[in-house]
Amino acid sequence: MPKDGIGASPKRREDVRFLTGKGRYTDDINLNGQLYVHFLRADVAHATINSIDTSAAEGMPGVAHVFTSKDFEAVGGLPCGWQVTDKHGQPMQEPKHPIIAEGKIRHVGEIVAAVVADTLGNARDAAEAIELDLTELPAVIDMKKAVQDGATKVHDDLTSNLCYDWGFVEENKAAVDEAFEKASHVTTLELVNNRLVANPMEPRVAVGDYAQHDDSSTLYTTSQNPHVIRLLMGAFVLGIPEHKLRVVAPDVGGGFGTKIFHYAEEAFCTFAAKQLRRPVKWTSSRSEAFMSDAHGRDHVSKIQIALDADNNFTALRTETYANMGAYLSTFAPSVPTWLHGTLMAGNYRTPLIYVNVKAVFTNTVPVDAYRGAGRPEATYQLERCVDKCARELGVDPAELRRQNFIKPDQFPYATPVAVEYDTGNYHATLDKALELADVAGFDARAAESKARGKLRGLGISNYIEACGIAPSNLVGQLGARAGLYESATVRVNATGGIVVMTGSHSHGQGHETTFPQVIADMIGIDASQVEIVHGDTANTPMGMGTYGSRSLAVGGSAMFRATEKIINKAKKIAAHLLEASETDIELKDGQFSVSGTDKSVAWGDVTLAAYVPHNYPLDSIEPGLEETAFYDPANFTYPSGTYICEVEVDEGTGKVDVLNFTAADDFGNVVNPMIVEGQVHGGVGQGIGQAMLENCAYDEDGQLLSASYMDYAMPRASDIPMITVDHSCQTPCTHNPLGVKGCGEAGAIGSPPALVNAVLDALNRNGHAVDHIDMPLSPSRVWSAMNS
Amino acid sequence: MYNFEFVKPSSVDEAVAALRDEDAQPLSGGQTLIPTMKQRLNQPSKLVSLTGIADLVGVSSSGGVLSVGGATPHATVAAEAGDYPALAALAGQIGDPAVRNRGTIGGSLANNDPAACYPSAALASGATIVTNAREIAADDYFQGMFTTALDEGEIITGVKFPIPQAANYQKFEQPASRFALTGVFVAKYADGVRVAVTGASNDGVFRWTEAEEALSANFSPNAISGLTVASDDMISDLHGSAAYRANLVKVLTGRAVAACA
Ligand SMILES: Cc1cc2nc3c(=O)[nH]c(=O)nc-3n(C[C@H](O)[C@H](O)[C@H](O)COP(=O)(O)OP(=O)(O)OC[C@H]3O[C@@H](n4cnc5c(N)ncnc54)[C@H](O)[C@@H]3O)c2cc1C
Repeated sequence: MPKDGIGASPKRREDVRFLTGKGRYTDDINLNGQLYVHFLRADVAHATINSIDTSAAEGMPGVAHVFTSKDFEAVGGLPCGWQVTDKHGQPMQEPKHPIIAEGKIRHVGEIVAAVVADTLGNARDAAEAIELDLTELPAVIDMKKAVQDGATKVHDDLTSNLCYDWGFVEENKAAVDEAFEKASHVTTLELVNNRLVANPMEPRVAVGDYAQHDDSSTLYTTSQNPHVIRLLMGAFVLGIPEHKLRVVAPDVGGGFGTKIFHYAEEAFCTFAAKQLRRPVKWTSSRSEAFMSDAHGRDHVSKIQIALDADNNFTALRTETYANMGAYLSTFAPSVPTWLHGTLMAGNYRTPLIYVNVKAVFTNTVPVDAYRGAGRPEATYQLERCVDKCARELGVDPAELRRQNFIKPDQFPYATPVAVEYDTGNYHATLDKALELADVAGFDARAAESKARGKLRGLGISNYIEACGIAPSNLVGQLGARAGLYESATVRVNATGGIVVMTGSHSHGQGHETTFPQVIADMIGIDASQVEIVHGDTANTPMGMGTYGSRSLAVGGSAMFRATEKIINKAKKIAAHLLEASETDIELKDGQFSVSGTDKSVAWGDVTLAAYVPHNYPLDSIEPGLEETAFYDPANFTYPSGTYICEVEVDEGTGKVDVLNFTAADDFGNVVNPMIVEGQVHGGVGQGIGQAMLENCAYDEDGQLLSASYMDYAMPRASDIPMITVDHSCQTPCTHNPLGVKGCGEAGAIGSPPALVNAVLDALNRNGHAVDHIDMPLSPSRVWSAMNS
Repeated sequence: MYNFEFVKPSSVDEAVAALRDEDAQPLSGGQTLIPTMKQRLNQPSKLVSLTGIADLVGVSSSGGVLSVGGATPHATVAAEAGDYPALAALAGQIGDPAVRNRGTIGGSLANNDPAACYPSAALASGATIVTNAREIAADDYFQGMFTTALDEGEIITGVKFPIPQAANYQKFEQPASRFALTGVFVAKYADGVRVAVTGASNDGVFRWTEAEEALSANFSPNAISGLTVASDDMISDLHGSAAYRANLVKVLTGRAVAACA
């Protein structure tokens, strides 16, 4: 048996580096002769720029150059990676997304000018000497007002603030409406999915460098996908071919989606370094992060479920306003559509579904994918609405769900919203969660809470997600402008050690620990024999990076395929060494043996032969042992599960305490249970943040009210209860070689509705008839709901 | 941050002299001042550190009065103000360990943030704010949000708290900053009860006199059950409406009284 193969939980090897201060983050990179950029950012949400006078700033000490949009006239705007087609078959409206504001400011935080100087202090001093002449315009903040006739336009060259009006599946709309007419019960719920700021611990950083001798550029950046940045920035913005552009994303301290996108600051530093012939560095302050990192969520939705007289769901329809912010961030248009509408069936057999999404431009920071991306928004609507429905009907919310579940024998199951779930067993995770959460004992616990003057409630939520993103041919049809395969090169060294160059990127996921476990298992060697290299376009094959719970399902599968090729070739070499037929060679525990004999040769001897090919079949195979595979998934993967939590509400103040949390997930096969549990913990932590604490709020002038940690409430350790995580319900994915589904986003997807359902349960059980409270369930909101 | 001069005197007199320069400012724990300087919202020409002045640091108790030096960190008060347990408990709930190890009582009272904790203790205790020039009764000292009776260049050298028979501070945390969204300090003395409220009012820390009267007559949570708190002057923001804060004033006062029992 190999040490630390699949199913083992070795400690994360990268943690030794991180915990001893040996991590190498982008901000740790300082190049000779480096300059620093300070961005002058808009402090108003909407204005015409009449003039920018940089002359005084140019003359300030240490200033190399003050850049404005004029310097970028020959450069493209930031590209959008996904084109959504609206319900009339028309492409979405796609405004230019300039590196530096051109003529108009469209959100607080937008870059208006950039000062590059020898020190950051000098750059900041000079920025204060820039004279801006602005004419302020009314800000467009509220999405529903933004799409009214006559509303101020965010982009003058577009016909309105509507990016697209998407209907899905448009052909089903009439049938859905008809089902609603025939329904014996309809539950309607209007809700807001609150805007969030991802707040990774490491803020964004970019260092641009240029080598005049070979006309090549290098960008060091905090990215989840360096190859994607190289392609987007090189091909669409700066016009640098791939072989002259290297993008390095070294250790990255958390991404949560917000480090997927190609940002203006990255292009700026790369461009400015070439202009000035000196490295240019930008390190985001936390204040800048709040107004320049793409935000998440921000949907306003109305959902309706129709039921027949037996409480079967017969139809579902939703109408969502999705905030795009002022510009289209890299994957923004796909989030409320293909990552949201396709999940509206949830875990249920609802035969008829219609989803309408209006994506709207506003004078706010662009919104894009954040942990879960579209799937949390779908799950939240559905699981809140099902819960409300159960209350209206007076039935047990768990049983209403169970009754409508897709049954275990119905897989593969084609939903009415275009996706086919390969496997699942929703009954199993529900039963498991009900048992682990001791739901049977809830009444006694509620009575005990009541004796202490507290209102106790229990909330349930199911979730389904589409992960392992994504089949390239399918997403191409849906408007993606990129493929979504993954790559791996497996390089075996002469003495048997292995290096895997992967296009996946680890920024907290622990790939350096889990990926070797897979190879250890396949070959039968210790995981310590395998090293993972990622994050540098110069030494990894073209890959699409890490997001959408895809790394193991897609990147791991590429590595699996490459390792299969390695094993096949190694067997040929072993057959030669053992003077046997290749078909008789077996690999087990790092030994190649001839079946039915005691003849064998060790892994290390075979690898040595590959590089010292003295006794080697050179006429039929090449020396060396290195293989590359690209893996393009056949379908999404569909992790699912049931989450249950209990809360206590303090009636006097509205304060909610989350007492416990139970997660029963089906992630298919699990490579490293400890890491999977950690991913669920983190996701649930962020779900608690969204449901209870986090609120990115603008005032009507477009000023960001929650622009620092003084007003933006992040979850802290004391806000998170002990979390029970179970992943024993496993229906392995049928279409990838590892049978894995992905676990990175589940916690953030499944937890918010469970939490909100629990609070509403606590209120309704105790005489407060409250239908809904919008997230975050701050004390003041909960108290107001009880007292209105 | 802009450039500034830095001096660290060892006596109050030297500090007062150093503060005569234009735009000179005292620096105590720096927990408020340094962040505003980093954001370039504040541009002192000179910082006069108070933490090197031995006389300004420490806690002592005699004759029913607890005295705290102006540059005493919150952590020291939490650890050493055992004769006034409610005050020690308040200090122990300010911010996080880093803030408590650096932030000081003088800095907090000089700043008079409407959501700060100490102002409620000082006002509810009828404390005396001692400066290099005079003694100021708490009732005269707090003059609205971020506004105090201090003159330019005047330094808080200490605070004298009469020790009550019973006291309690109820802090309801603003979820993000964990300052007081509303905090109520109740202190019971032989001659009556004082109730001071922080975090709630547009006018900064204030005394809830109706509750003081009711509680002076009957020191029990029921005594205030018939009272209402007007929400007219209450703060309304992202974290709570005026009506919500008015509710907290009453709920927290009741809980503080109950905790005194
Ligand atoms: C993360 C965080 C959380 C916090 N949480 C809380 C909380 O929960 N409750 C709470 O009450 N506070 C809280 N604070 C504020 C903290 O208590 C600060 O210590 C306090 O506000 C200022 O004290 P300081 O000694 O740091 O003053 P400084 O920052 O040094 O000075 C503040 C101001 O007072 C002036 N000053 C300082 N000392 C004197 C003096 N002796 N005489 C005259 N003027 C003086 C300075 O010139 C400056 O204008 C928090 C702060 C932070 C950073």
